[in-house]
Amino acid sequence: MASQHDENCRGVFALLSDYLDLELPPDACAEVETHLADCPPCIEFAESLRKTVELCRRYQPAEPPEPLGQQARGELLAAYQKMLAGRKTA
Amino acid sequence: MEHGIETDLARRLMAGDAEAFDRFVEHFRAKVFQYSRLMCGHREDAEEVAQDTLLKVFESFDQLREPERVRQWVFRIAKNACLMKRRKSVFAPARELSLDEFLPATSANGGEVRIQIADWSSLPDDQMQQREMKGVLEAAIAGLPETYRSVVLLRDMEELSTAETAEILDVTADVVKTRLHRGRLALRQKLDAYLRAGKRPAAPAGGIGGG
Repeated sequence: MASQHDENCRGVFALLSDYLDLELPPDACAEVETHLADCPPCIEFAESLRKTVELCRRYQPAEPPEPLGQQARGELLAAYQKMLAGRKTA
Repeated sequence: MEHGIETDLARRLMAGDAEAFDRFVEHFRAKVFQYSRLMCGHREDAEEVAQDTLLKVFESFDQLREPERVRQWVFRIAKNACLMKRRKSVFAPARELSLDEFLPATSANGGEVRIQIADWSSLPDDQMQQREMKGVLEAAIAGLPETYRSVVLLRDMEELSTAETAEILDVTADVVKTRLHRGRLALRQKLDAYLRAGKRPAAPAGGIGGG
């Protein structure tokens, strides 16, 4: 990969997220796959990028929010009920 | 929670079904809290953003024309609440990320070109390593320029589509794609550097239990 290796690698490098997200047009997708089939460094890099995305998707927050207090819930409920009342009288 | 369940809750709230209220609040409060904690960087700010967002959501719920779009509608309000909060705190200058800064270094061994890359083979299934990487991932996200951070959070954590993310952020789909790719590359680079530094303890023989 990288310019000293092959300009094709640089072109594929720019398309990898679209490729992983299945958002490439068919011809561009075929080009990426043809390149990857013959370029182990690009495969290795693409795999690490795919795993980065996978880590984001599996991310579970360490800290949930504090439980909702009665006053805060009351404010939200009042806003909801006011919206409903306004809609009925409109 | 699936989009379908969110849509159903939104429909019930629009119909005045008060039983949907607490489920809706619990679900979206947690989601907005997570998004805004990673956007704003402060727990207290995130609690306020979540409350401000839900207040605005309920005040204007009758403006939600299409219940199936409730998730992007809520996140659009949350994004604006985060921006308001940010203006009150530290101003972070915008920075553009270029593709070139994420190209991996290469080395040639005989005729074979290799990239300098860590061993990613046990990720993300190694649970201990995954837990350990959580803090690294959070720090890497916090280090992203804000425009890239918001795209990564919406696309890869909230799993919103390119079109939905574009609508929330008021940018084109192409801008979302460009920022997402560069944001992901920046995260990958940080995670790779961490793995290469070999800071993690060796896994015990026989593998790691679940949990």
